[in-house]
Amino acid sequence: MSATWEMICGLEVHVQLATRSKLFCSCATDGFGASPNSRICPVCTGQPGVLPVLNDGATKLAVKAALALGCEIREESIFARKNYFYPDLPKAYQISQYEKPLAENGSLAVAVKDAPSKTVGLQRIHIEEDAGKLLHAIGSEDLDYSLVDFNRAGIPLVEIVSKPDIRSPHEAYAYLQALKEILQFAGVSHCDMEKGEMRVDANISMRRAGEPFGTRVEIKNLNSFKAVRDALDYEGRRQIAALEKGERIIQETRLWDADVQATAPMRTKEEAHDYRYFPDPDLPPLHAPRSLVEAMRRELPELPEARRRRFIEDYGLSVSIANVLTGSRELADYVDAVAEITNPATATPTAGNLIATVLLGFLSERSLDLSRVIGRVTPESLGKLTLLIADGRISKTMSKEILAEMLNSGRDPEEILKERGGGQVLDEAQLAQWVRAAIDQSPKAVADVKSGKERAIGAIVGAAMKLSQGKANPTILNKLIKEELAP
Amino acid sequence: MSSISPEEVAKIAKLARLKLSQDEIALYQRQMSRILDSMAKLRQLDTQAVPPTASVPWIEPSPREDEPAAFSNASALVALAPEREGPYFKVRKVIE
Ligand SMILES: [Zn+2]
Repeated sequence: MSATWEMICGLEVHVQLATRSKLFCSCATDGFGASPNSRICPVCTGQPGVLPVLNDGATKLAVKAALALGCEIREESIFARKNYFYPDLPKAYQISQYEKPLAENGSLAVAVKDAPSKTVGLQRIHIEEDAGKLLHAIGSEDLDYSLVDFNRAGIPLVEIVSKPDIRSPHEAYAYLQALKEILQFAGVSHCDMEKGEMRVDANISMRRAGEPFGTRVEIKNLNSFKAVRDALDYEGRRQIAALEKGERIIQETRLWDADVQATAPMRTKEEAHDYRYFPDPDLPPLHAPRSLVEAMRRELPELPEARRRRFIEDYGLSVSIANVLTGSRELADYVDAVAEITNPATATPTAGNLIATVLLGFLSERSLDLSRVIGRVTPESLGKLTLLIADGRISKTMSKEILAEMLNSGRDPEEILKERGGGQVLDEAQLAQWVRAAIDQSPKAVADVKSGKERAIGAIVGAAMKLSQGKANPTILNKLIKEELAP
Repeated sequence: MSSISPEEVAKIAKLARLKLSQDEIALYQRQMSRILDSMAKLRQLDTQAVPPTASVPWIEPSPREDEPAAFSNASALVALAPEREGPYFKVRKVIE
């Protein structure tokens, strides 16, 4: 991308709240993969005469999301009807929030590679209900009609709208990762994209540095974080090429086609959007009193950014390792559990490195999930292993071998070490015996050392090492030999 | 007095998926104008001291616990549809 051009991007992310029932009725939310239209009722299919009743659990999770993302929360917000006709919307309107959303003015710290984190502003978070699902084909066969499944209709979502603070496809990717991480940590959403629990639309325009924002284009059909990154990359290039030819960018919605790696204008029969929002007369204002907000704040766990900082400061981990280890709540909890056993300041960096390199490497190699590995290598046993390294009883190379063995068999590190001959010997009386025997065996080297050839000490260390069958700690041997031969 | 144009009536009809004849457009233009004129009269009132009302107060339903409960007759809802196929609602094709 030409250096003179700057990307201006904002993301709208729809996230499914992890409730068990729908937003305005008691239908279950576990309809993914279930038989079509098995999780429906008169409310979520828009039958005449029904009234929506708000799910308290959804309010709580939305408040949690807003707190985790540093937003100001409105004590009283309003549900509004967003009117449009589409067969996935049984009432011909979606209950959403418009003029007075639940929360505004948040921010999210985004780690872009190893760089210090950048803050992306959040414009608003509001609660809304999901639409149903349309089917246009069965298998590979296109239908000449459409089929509708309302299992998803009425599932609670929050829409999280960022400010146009994102400047590159990589930042967009990092923003989404950070958002997913924080929402999962906070227990707000599972964010499973395969199940449609997290969906992204992107707004993008290009400008020359210092100029006002240009005309923005909306990109839809982004099914993965990678799709967002690739689509922004493509769309940025397309807009630059057009602008450099003196063309104007049309404000439009484009769809990302992952197969051809390009965006194309969305073909639509719809005129320009005119949603005719108005307050929903069936629903009272949504109340989020301070008592509820404070209760939710107390329930929030330590969030990734704070945890990352603590891992760096208290455990002495590097920025990149800390980033890896705070990648999921499960993993970060594991690290904390290990650190309770090891000495934070000295041994935990070693444990952190072991987890980041050996343990996660093993995971991806065997495509296992973390919970299975944690079951096999408990925090206690990884802590023990780390202490063996910290005490100098085993080398780092040996620790990796032992950890591999622990991952395979789930056995205790001490036990494995014993079987392998007990690791390094640290006992000075035992070491001194070997040192004296080695000195007796090596008169020439002893004479050399005494005449000033320091390097000859290596031969004596080697002899002592041989006597110990490789179990002596070479640093201590060296020290003892020097003491022994000192004039 | 006509505070709404025939073009606006036609646009609203289109958004509401209503097909109106010229006579109907004229009729609704008159009726909607009268409604809007009445609203305009209301707007002359001084409401400075009145908080905005998004919905008419009623006994607020106690919040619903997040507890799923299946509706016993889901298939009857599908059966109500003008067209259906298996467990699905069937509608006219919406994409090209
Ligand atoms: Zn329902």
